[in-house]
Amino acid sequence: MSADSQTTEDQRDEEAPPEDRWRRALREIVESSSMVVFMAIVASMIIGGVLIIFADEAVRESAAYFFSRPGDTFSAIGDALGSAYSSMFNGAVLNLEASSFAGVIKPLTQTLTMATPLIFAGLGLGIGFRAGLFNIGAQGQLLMGATFGAYIGFAFSLPAGLHLALAVIGCAVGGAIWGFIPGILKAKRGAHEVIVTIMLNYVALYLVAWLLSLDAFQREGSDNPISPFVAETAQYPKILGVQFNLHLGFLLALACAWGAWWLMERSTLGFRLRAVGANPSAARTAGMNIGTATIITMVIAGGLAGLAGSAPVLGTQKFLTDAVAGTLGFDAITVALLGRSRPLGIVLAAILFGGLQASGPSLQVNAGLPVDIVVVIQATIVLFIAAPPLVRAMFRLPAPAHEKEVAA
Amino acid sequence: MTATVADAPAAPVSGAPIPPKKWGAAIALGVIALLSLIFFGFGTPAGSTTKFVIARKTDFIQLPSLTVPSELAAILLSLVGLALAGWVAYRANQRRKVGIWLPIVYGMAIMGALLTWAGAGREATSIQLTGLLTSSLFLAVPLVFGALAGTLCERSGIINIAIEGQLLAGAFLAALVGSMAGNAYVGLIAAPVAGALVGLLLAIFATKYWVNQIVVGVVLNMLVIGLTGFFFSTLMSDDPSLNQPIGLEKLPIPLLSKIPVLGPVLFNQNLLVYILYVAVAALQIMLFKSRWGLRVRAVGEHPKAADTVGIQVNRTRIRNTVLGGAVAGLGGAFFTVASGLAFGKEMTAGKGYIALAAMILGRWSPRGALAAALLFGFADALRVQLGAIGSPIPSQFLAMTPYLATIFAVAGLVGHARPPASEGIPYKK
Repeated sequence: MSADSQTTEDQRDEEAPPEDRWRRALREIVESSSMVVFMAIVASMIIGGVLIIFADEAVRESAAYFFSRPGDTFSAIGDALGSAYSSMFNGAVLNLEASSFAGVIKPLTQTLTMATPLIFAGLGLGIGFRAGLFNIGAQGQLLMGATFGAYIGFAFSLPAGLHLALAVIGCAVGGAIWGFIPGILKAKRGAHEVIVTIMLNYVALYLVAWLLSLDAFQREGSDNPISPFVAETAQYPKILGVQFNLHLGFLLALACAWGAWWLMERSTLGFRLRAVGANPSAARTAGMNIGTATIITMVIAGGLAGLAGSAPVLGTQKFLTDAVAGTLGFDAITVALLGRSRPLGIVLAAILFGGLQASGPSLQVNAGLPVDIVVVIQATIVLFIAAPPLVRAMFRLPAPAHEKEVAA
Repeated sequence: MTATVADAPAAPVSGAPIPPKKWGAAIALGVIALLSLIFFGFGTPAGSTTKFVIARKTDFIQLPSLTVPSELAAILLSLVGLALAGWVAYRANQRRKVGIWLPIVYGMAIMGALLTWAGAGREATSIQLTGLLTSSLFLAVPLVFGALAGTLCERSGIINIAIEGQLLAGAFLAALVGSMAGNAYVGLIAAPVAGALVGLLLAIFATKYWVNQIVVGVVLNMLVIGLTGFFFSTLMSDDPSLNQPIGLEKLPIPLLSKIPVLGPVLFNQNLLVYILYVAVAALQIMLFKSRWGLRVRAVGEHPKAADTVGIQVNRTRIRNTVLGGAVAGLGGAFFTVASGLAFGKEMTAGKGYIALAAMILGRWSPRGALAAALLFGFADALRVQLGAIGSPIPSQFLAMTPYLATIFAVAGLVGHARPPASEGIPYKK
């Protein structure tokens, strides 16, 4: 994100006529893509607010006699919005109503915990987008990763460090295998990765449902399709003490973000992948093997999505079900889009969406709002991000001299 | 698989290089038939019998049930499959195609072998043929509408991943409006409006803002899941009278519904299913025989050429995407008013994606979409029935078949799936 705006600023320095420094700085801020991102978030919060008002019973009741006492309606609207946004803040950032310090910062650690799988999977998808591949299959790759990791976690007993390392590697391998299939089908048979990955999501879902019906995966004494708990030795250690859920997986995710940055910006392989994504025919002419690049990209993307599966099975939930992936795979697509496929952007986007999701329970309990509002806000943010001209038109922002192509 | 020969490409121009011999289909069919022979044929215990119940007690004409020796029947049916695979190989050697009858007969033979094997030696239970076919058609309804929607959009060059969202929006609005009016038919009218709105959003983002259509589709699905879930948990749960299980009644067509087996399956259905017959036939003719269809296909294949002769490319795309959304929305009514169920959160459960698969297997044609959707509906019905009689095949594998079939199809292992040339590419003048 920052790299982008840097280049546009550089270009403008050469072209723009001299003008007042402050005005120029102001204009650059309004024109930058960060401004569009910010405004998209604002617009989505407004849309969320409209829904909250619409769903609030007190508002609907007072609106019935709006013309006799309009003040009632406005105060009801204020109450509804106030309680919604304050419980969002209390649920995702700092809980100002808590008595202890730990209670105050707990929501923040919860946000980071929720962001962990989104960072992993978002990074994988981001690498795919930059290499020109549209991977809708993070859901299935995540599920397969979780399956491999969980199996290693509960079926073996190994020394503490080794067990965790093997389980984490298992997650990556599981996801990588599920990423390899669309990769090789695209490289060798020209099968469109969007279709293959969507279909593989469902194949993975039924495969895991079947595995969970086998004795090897079934928890003893349970009729539900759930696996035994992962052994203590294979769980991510809690990094801030037992009262917080934040686990080592978050640090691993940050390390992967750095790794992804290094891979894409500093390594030869990353350069190749980007070249293939930017212009496949030019890359082919320059002697790069498109098929190999496709397979490598899908394996890396799948591996990272598989690592995302380690967050629930080794970190928070600690066992396998067929619902372990939730909607993480699709949320990760929005994370990668919002983060513009850049590692830093993805980390920030994942924290934003992790925070939105972390605020769900608080919204439910304190404001009586269903968690679905979070999904709506998330979806509208991405829709707006994807169409910068729409956001500019809505907020009357000036168009930049060079309109950049939207990520992916 | 069913539509292997739909839309055969034009005959090779003289002087063009001779096309290579395509063995993929023959090999795939042969392998499946061989597996069927080994598992179903020789895997059936000798001396057991399978009972097929053809008519139901309520049917007008009572046909006797059919009891066959299981092993012999399964072996014979598998051999029929092998023979058909051999015929495909023979034709492939001559670089010639086979008729549409072949995959249908082949599919029936292999499915027959499977059913014979599954029902072997179970005196207490029998295979309910009419029931199986009825539920196949019923389960295929949303898939057909979804696949028709996908076909309409993609033929004009817009990728519609948002079928899932359109189905869900249709299901939601049908339940809401139908409950408010207290009449399921009013809900049936409301459903396409919801789908069309989702289609309109897709069309605007795709043609006006040139956003990647797959992105918009995926995000629209999320948006609809979020919105319908939100209103379900607020409006509908505050006031349950807004979400009532109301159903369309069955409208048996006189005489036709009395035909043995096919009558009750095809002609004792509700209005939505009859609309489906009309929609498939009308769209098949419109897309491939009318001026409108030619224009739509031109826009999807070569928008620049279409523009040159004065066809409004983006207007055609918007119109088709909205129409497609409406068709999918109508299919969404299946989940609520046509099934007599109240709306439930995320109740479409991925059917939109299977519809997408049906569209691809059906080669972007309404007729093919119908065939593929029926095949998927059959797989689903089979899963339910085999689950009921306790078959040794894990139901999850049957549930997987539509997805695996689609992967095989797009990977070109069975036939070749070729999308419209310009789909997903925004048209910029």
